[in-house]
Amino acid sequence: MANLVSHPDEVKVVTKRFGQGAANIDRYLELDGYKAVQKALELGADGIINEMKASSLRGRGGAGFPTGMKWSFVPKESAKPKYVLCNGDESEPGTCKDRLIFEHDPHSVIEGAMIAAIAVGSHDVYIYIRGEYRYLLEIMQKAIADAYAKGFCGKNIFGSGYDLNVYWHGGAGAYEVGEESALMESLEGKRGVPRIRPPFPAVVGLWGGPTVINNAETLASVPHILLMGGKQYAEIGVDRNGGTRLFSLSGHVERPGVYELPLGYSLRKAIYEVGGGIANGRALKAVVPGGSSVPCLKPDEIDISLDFDSMMKAGTFLGSGGIVVLDDQTCIVKFALRTIQFYRHESCGWCIPCREGTDWLSKSLKRFHAGGGVAKDIDNIRYLAENMLGRTFCPLGDAAAMPIIGFVNKFRKEFEAHLDGKPCPYEKHPALSQLAVVR
Amino acid sequence: MKFSEQLEARYSDMLTHYPVKRSLLVPFLLYTQDEFGYVTDDAIEELSRRLEITALEIRNVISYYSMLRTKPGGRYNVQVCTNICCLLRGGEEMLAHARKTLDVAVNKGVTADGVFSVEEVECIGACSWAPAMQVNYDFHENLTPEKIDRILDEYRLKAAQQ
Ligand SMILES: Cc1cc2nc3c(=O)[nH]c(=O)nc-3n(C[C@H](O)[C@H](O)[C@H](O)COP(=O)(O)O)c2cc1C
Ligand code: FES
Repeated sequence: MANLVSHPDEVKVVTKRFGQGAANIDRYLELDGYKAVQKALELGADGIINEMKASSLRGRGGAGFPTGMKWSFVPKESAKPKYVLCNGDESEPGTCKDRLIFEHDPHSVIEGAMIAAIAVGSHDVYIYIRGEYRYLLEIMQKAIADAYAKGFCGKNIFGSGYDLNVYWHGGAGAYEVGEESALMESLEGKRGVPRIRPPFPAVVGLWGGPTVINNAETLASVPHILLMGGKQYAEIGVDRNGGTRLFSLSGHVERPGVYELPLGYSLRKAIYEVGGGIANGRALKAVVPGGSSVPCLKPDEIDISLDFDSMMKAGTFLGSGGIVVLDDQTCIVKFALRTIQFYRHESCGWCIPCREGTDWLSKSLKRFHAGGGVAKDIDNIRYLAENMLGRTFCPLGDAAAMPIIGFVNKFRKEFEAHLDGKPCPYEKHPALSQLAVVR
Repeated sequence: MKFSEQLEARYSDMLTHYPVKRSLLVPFLLYTQDEFGYVTDDAIEELSRRLEITALEIRNVISYYSMLRTKPGGRYNVQVCTNICCLLRGGEEMLAHARKTLDVAVNKGVTADGVFSVEEVECIGACSWAPAMQVNYDFHENLTPEKIDRILDEYRLKAAQQ
């Protein structure tokens, strides 16, 4: 099972109960569990949304949309039932943090989702967990059953007269299902093909009812926000980026792991201090700062604040908080190839630019990496990727194209080094297998 | 066809989760696969009858989800991640090692004795503990070739004892 790490610079809010047995409901109660939902019932819908807005919490699933604002879009009156859907599909390469929340603090997700439901006037919560995370689904099934047994879910919760049901749901292997409209399709028993928007889920979602969709970490943050107050939570982070995030640090760092850092923390420090620097005394070549979908940064671009706005200004994204570190012995072309092969595999095939674009990019990069490239391929690869941007049915096409454009723009020389039938300059390097043996 | 008592109980419980019964399809298909080793023709027919959707619709759903299969795998399906974070820490070598050790040449191939199958998979959410693999639903992380050998031995022993 995934081991926990820690660093003195961490600010433990969401991870506060990790390693303390909080999957057990009695232990969770000892650690202030289910207090926030009672506070939410006192505050009422507007009171909760005001606290959320004050917290400046932004979605931890990738897009960084302000959570309070998202909840305020749900119509007060609705002929159809309203729903809250927790996104636990966690499949963005480089991201392994929701997993720890489900394992160590499943009730915080339940409680956060319940608060979201009270805020939007919903009586049904669904917690969707990816199929590969079977042990976490089992933890969640037990947590939900325990919460019912205590009378925290179901009819008349905490004597408030409010009825609130919580259900689990499992996936069966699909990255695309993490996209919110595909997630709803999957929950309706269908292929995870995205829906056209508008209408947005807040208006027409699950089974046609207004639906709030939030990432598991977003929801796990909510009880803490209500207990400490939105304003205090906001102060942990930086302007318009409240609180902390769970950063999954991976690749060539000395101490990979999931660390909870305040928003606004320095990327350089995350790599060199929290992560202990580049493994095996090598140098940094590049970092993919927000999961596989975002453009990379070069070593001279890492003096940057880890918040949604600063990252966008630098031409990349904070995304899912997956920080993938590449050392100087890594072949960028190979890395780009493996990235696009993933998107090719995961494209649902519904729209042509994504289905064909990922396939062509994958074929071109494969041939290119094998030494079969010609000079004009480099621009063709970039051109092909650029033409996918904004032209696909859902953002998976953008997620596939953006990193590739970044690699070509920032590491053109490396692409050129593969030209004219030259073998990959990195292929024989023992770096990879050595690393595996060291650990 | 008959589901086991356990699967039948799962079905009845899940029916109470949703306003539309078809909604249980994706997770229930996986539970069905766990019982029979794969999603069998009979199971598809049975679900088609119960959920009042065509067998073709169910097959369409099955083909979308990477964990679902309509052919048997090994008793222990060894799923090695080679996605980016695992790639950086030797995921390809781990896959090659598992294939070589088990003498499985093709992706999703099954060993002659049916005990193992080996599959190359996309990110399984173990990026910070790469390279990683899952054997059925169990995670195995921070892999080395030696560690893989030990893990496979344990499963081999388990299979022999059953
Ligand atoms: C291709 C694709 C995959 C996604 N995968 C996930 C995922 O695994 N988990 C997640 O929470 N959000 C994922 N998202 C983002 C969701 O669409 C959605 O924005 C998010 O769940 C909203 O929650 P938040 O506002 O709390 O972040 C994905 C988006 C896209 C386009
Ligand atoms: S990349 Fe292998 S587990 Fe995420």
